[in-house]
Amino acid sequence: MSVEIKTNTVEPIRQTFSNLQRRFGDKPASRYQEASFDIEAVTNFHYRPLWDPQHELHDPTRTAIRMADWHKVTDPRQFYYGAYVQTRARMQEATEHAYGFCEKRELLSRLPAELQAKLLRCLVPLRHAELGANMNNSSIAGDSIAGTVTQMHIYQAMDRLGMGQYLSRIGLLLDGGTGEALDQAKAYWLDDPIWQGLRRYVEDSFVIRDWFELGLAQNLVLDGLLQPLMYQRFDQWLTENGGSDVAMLTEFMRDWYGESTRWVDAMFKTVLAESEANREQVQAWLEVWEPRAYEALLPLAEEATGIAALDEVRSAFATRLQKIGLKSREE
Amino acid sequence: MATHNKKRLNLKDKYRYLTRDLAWETTYQKKEDVFPLEHFEGIKITDWDKWEDPFRLTMDSYWKYQAEKEKKLYAIFDAFAQNNGHQNISDARYVNALKLFLTGVSPLEYQAFQGFSRVGRQFSGAGARVACQMQAIDELRHVQTQLHAMSHYNKHFNGLHDFSHMYDRVWFLSVPKSFMDDARTAGPFEFLTAISFSFEYVLTNLLFVPFMSGAAYNGDMATVTFGFSAQSDEARHMTLGLEVIKFMLEQHEDNVPIIQRWIDKWFWRGYRLLTLVGMMMDYMLPNKVMSWAEAWEVYYEQAGGALFKDLERYGIRPPKYVEQTTIGKEHITHQVWATFYQYSKATNFHTWIPGDEELNWLSEKYPNTFDKYYRPRFEFWREQQAKGERFYNDTLPHLCQVCQVPAIFTEPDDPTKLSHRSHVHEGERYHFCSDGCCDIFKNEPVKYIQAWLPVHQIYQGNCEGGDLETVVQKYFHINIGQDNLEYVGSPDHQRWLAWKKLETPSQPAGSNKEHDAA
Repeated sequence: MSVEIKTNTVEPIRQTFSNLQRRFGDKPASRYQEASFDIEAVTNFHYRPLWDPQHELHDPTRTAIRMADWHKVTDPRQFYYGAYVQTRARMQEATEHAYGFCEKRELLSRLPAELQAKLLRCLVPLRHAELGANMNNSSIAGDSIAGTVTQMHIYQAMDRLGMGQYLSRIGLLLDGGTGEALDQAKAYWLDDPIWQGLRRYVEDSFVIRDWFELGLAQNLVLDGLLQPLMYQRFDQWLTENGGSDVAMLTEFMRDWYGESTRWVDAMFKTVLAESEANREQVQAWLEVWEPRAYEALLPLAEEATGIAALDEVRSAFATRLQKIGLKSREE
Repeated sequence: MATHNKKRLNLKDKYRYLTRDLAWETTYQKKEDVFPLEHFEGIKITDWDKWEDPFRLTMDSYWKYQAEKEKKLYAIFDAFAQNNGHQNISDARYVNALKLFLTGVSPLEYQAFQGFSRVGRQFSGAGARVACQMQAIDELRHVQTQLHAMSHYNKHFNGLHDFSHMYDRVWFLSVPKSFMDDARTAGPFEFLTAISFSFEYVLTNLLFVPFMSGAAYNGDMATVTFGFSAQSDEARHMTLGLEVIKFMLEQHEDNVPIIQRWIDKWFWRGYRLLTLVGMMMDYMLPNKVMSWAEAWEVYYEQAGGALFKDLERYGIRPPKYVEQTTIGKEHITHQVWATFYQYSKATNFHTWIPGDEELNWLSEKYPNTFDKYYRPRFEFWREQQAKGERFYNDTLPHLCQVCQVPAIFTEPDDPTKLSHRSHVHEGERYHFCSDGCCDIFKNEPVKYIQAWLPVHQIYQGNCEGGDLETVVQKYFHINIGQDNLEYVGSPDHQRWLAWKKLETPSQPAGSNKEHDAA
């Protein structure tokens, strides 16, 4: 038997907004669609930017990549703001629990001294690279076109800030909350030879002016090598060397990486499918940045995991690139 | 390796380690290449370390708090739609305020999102960058939740259906659009002065709040719930606005005259933009919250007065021409509603003559001006309408080159005389509604000669046709007879009467012979 509440139905005069009707027909739209498509200004801009008079305020020629409609790039996660924060809130709840547990049981300060030293030298300085990723994605969110594209980058920017903060908290767990470990980690980032390749790569990315190239250098290439290297291979090394407790503090990053590769790959596939010219341009950029990223990570890998791990990561990355429709130089 | 010789960090220092300490001085790339836009406006920053974080919110707490708010908000949206909440509003005329909001305000939120994303990269001070990025993602939240709040209204009312297309084209929407384009095309420090300080800190209570209070007074549960949900975001944005201005002023005395000019400009720009909000408060809300004049007194004259007193010690004086706003508060909303009433063929919302009770309310709220200058005009139009001669103006109004509001305001010292200024720049004469707008032009003529003035564009044939009907329907996407014209007898009105099981008025006051031809 079913219970039926009588309601007063009122026939709507239209199912959704006109812009969505033009794209998908007059049918009820998802919250993602309503929140993402055609929400930006596209024409009749009043003034040229004082800081970039060659371009309009929203200008598709701010990148060399051409799309007839950037809304073709969509988010496989279907994140609008509400869906995004709710997903991250669930992840942070589990992470908070892990950090709380780790602090209460003093799991990090009980690790052997040399392991703590290695964590501080090889993992905590990554917090600065995360800030670099934060800056780059905020920049792309400001420069790119179409709500479906821009919003993914501000989520990515805030994620990177969050991960930089989690890494900092690992430092605070190591130094008992004084900040000394973070000062030390920053000194490594600035002067230790194992970090200079990566720091140079990150600083070089700060001066890339084409937002799509910047996304490639940051979200596809650098993350594609660095994230698996540090959160999978270095994590594995820690586990094998008595530091398995650290894994619970980096679980967020592993989950995040698995999730974020979905939209990054989807974006590249869509852009490559648009035209041969796009494919050639992306391939040309890849050939600049992929070898540089590999070189940049060599000294870090040598210290943290051994070069072999980086080479394996690179070859897995080559497979990923192939699936996207790109070639890595390694082949 | 836990070394306990140093003290545990206090909250402030801990936040510092979790935000700005993530940054470093670059050495492989020069600072001016990494942050190339920090200097061209002439603002001097000697020490970013002096930046006081206006709020301390790490990302994990941000996700947590915002997710809780979103969960509650969407539960209300769902309940509102499921129970046909649109039928519980005070009167269908109220929805016209939402049409103004969705086409005129929500697109600004998106623009603000991108603007803050850019400045969230451009400052070399990481504390300021992080605060700007948080505002960026908040602004994205606002445009999206506003769309979701109004999505249900769009299914039952006209005029909301193509907000973004209209924002780029419809004549009066160039008022908010040019405002935000102006801010975003400026440098990063001016952008923050314009949006964070002038708009968010000084004027939010006159923009965001009146719409949300209007929703509360008129039974719009979806929108008012959005308003409550966004309140804590707005509070963060306001603290950022105040910190920005104080920081710049404290950094170098050379900044003072630059900031003073920006304050003058953005105050006047904001004041003109708010005319649309004032009109909404006085004319479009069936249940009125407070009059525009009252709101201006409370939220600008009192609150703003205290603020500028506080800024005096930095050498900042109240905005130029502020005395004109004290006079104007008794006039501008009536002048603007009278304009929209005439030009309703080209608006995505309906207009109407206020009922007797509302006219009396206006007389009471505007004792010095309403009966003397404006009531007779509305009563005359009402008589015409009763005779079946609802007045529409078929020519297009003359827009101010800067604020883009039709030049319909009167002289500060003579409410019977139109205020008009003009200025010749490189052989071309440009027209303005006021001294305030004329000054803004003279300071940056190269910027304002670029303005995309809808009326000029229509007359030049750049809007898909030479006649108004084609422009309205094809270019603006305003569906003639549905989205525009008089409220009485409109499809919105008729549907409302049917839902409420009320009788259709015997004679739709909006009908006249030319009515259908727009």
